[in-house]
Amino acid sequence: MLHIVNKSATDRGSLESCLAMATKGSAVLLIEDAVYAATTGGAAAAKIQAASADLKIYALGPDLAARGMAARVLDGVNVVDYAGFVDLVAEHKSCQSWL
Amino acid sequence: MSDMDEMDDGSGIVKKFMFLNRKAPHGTVYALEGLEVVLITAAFDQDVSMVFTDDGVYQLLKGIDTKGIEVKDFSKTYRALDGYDIEKLYVDQASMDARGLTEDDLIVDVTVLSVDEMANLMAEQDVVISF
Amino acid sequence: MQFGILVNEGPYSHQASDSAYLFARTALEKGYKVPRIFFYHDGVYNASRLATPPQDDRNVGARWSKLAADYGVDLVVCVAAAQRRGITDGVLGDNFRISGLGQLVEMGIQYDRLVTFGD
Repeated sequence: MLHIVNKSATDRGSLESCLAMATKGSAVLLIEDAVYAATTGGAAAAKIQAASADLKIYALGPDLAARGMAARVLDGVNVVDYAGFVDLVAEHKSCQSWL
Repeated sequence: MSDMDEMDDGSGIVKKFMFLNRKAPHGTVYALEGLEVVLITAAFDQDVSMVFTDDGVYQLLKGIDTKGIEVKDFSKTYRALDGYDIEKLYVDQASMDARGLTEDDLIVDVTVLSVDEMANLMAEQDVVISF
Repeated sequence: MQFGILVNEGPYSHQASDSAYLFARTALEKGYKVPRIFFYHDGVYNASRLATPPQDDRNVGARWSKLAADYGVDLVVCVAAAQRRGITDGVLGDNFRISGLGQLVEMGIQYDRLVTFGD
């Protein structure tokens, strides 16, 4: 299953709720304001790195770049473009947007 | 809403639909308009589960009185769901605990699931729509 | 493979509509099918042809209309949500149409994937 998160983890709880409910081996894609969680030095960095042991973590490159964060991506986070986003949706049987 | 009684897309396909309610009522329109989708989906004879997690559990509280804010009290609709053959209502134990709520605080009978049970339920769905 | 897309936010106040558009366009360019996009909640505002953004900004409504023209995407606006917000047939942009929530449910039943963009 693909989980899509679009909220900043320091503003709302959706990343935390998502990580609690994502089963082992599923994928989590961070888009829009959620991409800050995938960057170094942020409050959510430890959570993302811990989660990346059991989950595949992705972040949308254009959203990182638009926020000046393209060069600060955490190790273990896979950066994808929109084509990669489309592929992730295609590869997983279902997806859930944590709005 | 009498036009919803016999909807059929002609495909004969029955999928597992999960409606995940994570937002409190009234502050935003999502709970109300989400409920409208749930009712329509049931009219298509799909396998519907309604799940309440995070602030979504507040939607099911007893004693809601919206007169003073002059908006529709749609919480009564939850009690009518079995009339639409929607019987799978689940709430997240951790979300209830975090808000000091128990099943006695809710207007409908629900099944309380642990986070792992909820995760497995979500993983087995064909379609998940979150409001 | 067929993708359905649900857009729950209006243009210009939330990125959801931009994300949904870029996802849809990319999927179509990659050869996937996006037979229908459904606009719900404030997402119905995407359909207004009365919006006149500044010249140096994207025109969200026109962009959807062009995508529909280029790829034959069915742009459906929820009637109940639209009526609440004053979106009527008279203000719809090209290639949008107003219909019921059943059209959204059909996307879930018939298509391989349903992707939601919202707040």
